Amino acid sequence: MAGIGSGYDLSATTFSPDGRVFQVEYAGKAVENSSTAVAIRCKDGVVFGVEKLIVSKMLVEGSNKRIHTIAPHIGYAAAGLLSDSRKVVNKARDEAKYYKDYYADPISVKVLSERVANFFQSYTLYGHIRPFGTSVLVGGVDRKGPQLYMVEPSGVYYGYHAVAVGKGKQAAKTELEKLKISQLTCREAVNEVARIVYLVHDDVKDKDFELELSWVCSESNNQHQFVPADLKAEAERLAQQAVESKMSDD
Amino acid sequence: WYQRRVRGVSERVEGRKVFSNSLDVKKMDLREMEWMNKAHDMGTSIMAVAYNGGVVIGADSRTTTGSYIANRVSDKLTPISEKIYVCRSGSAADTQFASELIRYYLESHSTEIGEPPLVKTGANLLRHIVYMNKHLMASLIIGGWDKYEGGSVYCISLGGTITKEPFAIGGSGSSYIYGYCDANYKPNMTRDECEKFVVNALSLAMARDGSSGGVVRTATIDANGVERKMVPGNQLPIFWAG
Repeated sequence: MAGIGSGYDLSATTFSPDGRVFQVEYAGKAVENSSTAVAIRCKDGVVFGVEKLIVSKMLVEGSNKRIHTIAPHIGYAAAGLLSDSRKVVNKARDEAKYYKDYYADPISVKVLSERVANFFQSYTLYGHIRPFGTSVLVGGVDRKGPQLYMVEPSGVYYGYHAVAVGKGKQAAKTELEKLKISQLTCREAVNEVARIVYLVHDDVKDKDFELELSWVCSESNNQHQFVPADLKAEAERLAQQAVESKMSDD
Repeated sequence: WYQRRVRGVSERVEGRKVFSNSLDVKKMDLREMEWMNKAHDMGTSIMAVAYNGGVVIGADSRTTTGSYIANRVSDKLTPISEKIYVCRSGSAADTQFASELIRYYLESHSTEIGEPPLVKTGANLLRHIVYMNKHLMASLIIGGWDKYEGGSVYCISLGGTITKEPFAIGGSGSSYIYGYCDANYKPNMTRDECEKFVVNALSLAMARDGSSGGVVRTATIDANGVERKMVPGNQLPIFWAG
């Protein structure tokens, strides 16, 4: 990797001759090396799933969550440098809180995503700070219905029907494209998300992982919450079955 | 205007310091006149009524400085966005300042969210200004239409309390029509019934309150836009006239 930038990659304030800002691209690499996060926007809500790699058997289960709640109706999942992500979560929560204080209305998913995107972009302009090494999935249900956005370290953001980030994103995207997303309900999507995360988990390179699943949908009264334990257990059971049958096919 | 303090005698008129440059205290100085110095006040009668599909707002047209009617045809119904209006009562300067500031913020907000603002957003912003600046004398009624909540009426009192009501009355003239409004308001009135209710109530207020008078201005706001009407003083409904 060293040598690709050849001197134009030392600072975010430098363009390369072919118009690239290498520091921002390198931030994207940090995201690509992290474990996978997947989200689907369904008919009635948004579902998040994160593959949380377990680095030590001593870790308390359920501590150090990767899925956060920004506002009651908006959820957040990140891939990349998780300490960078913490700063983004706090900023997003502030934005949502002040928006509601001033405008007397919960912030819409699009406006929040745009504010996070502008925040990311502002860290790509200066030499004394570095870009965020996280890609962020922001999803929730507002007056316009369920919405899902992904914000990249450059500050670019798009709305998605389904999206995956992290090391398993290629395989996950292939799986996601097979789904008929416009007809999925959140209940069904929970199983699909679990299955996809299990499928893209690399048993060889990585060891154990914990699956984090959350949703914002009509069943959860349009509030962001972790998927109830029984639904999650069922989804994981089906996912494990799917992985085993795929392994036996191979 | 200027103050000369040479051989000055300073006195307080209506709470404002006025300097007289004459030792002859019998000479009438324009600057001592109450109506030259008092801030513009809007005694006022204002009102807003929500109906299914929109809102009708109304106001009188009298602005006073002391007992002089500075403007007998004023427009107290001020738009802060295309379909959100504020009925202003209290200090003319304070309410103009607050509405113009909020009109600016609301427009920026509307550009960010990409659609017309909610009535409750406009009301909340105004409430912040009134609450944070308690020296202002502004008592406001916000009436408007947005596509999510339909017609809404919000009332902001002097201290900055905000309440959502099916209808609201305000200003000095409103004291005289609480009974009339309580007796004659019915929920689920039609647009025409609301307009008549507003014109009748304001006429009664203007008949009894010295600080209210002139014409009755109304605005009816719904999904299609704003329709403004004016009823001249000599065409207002007459109730018991002795």
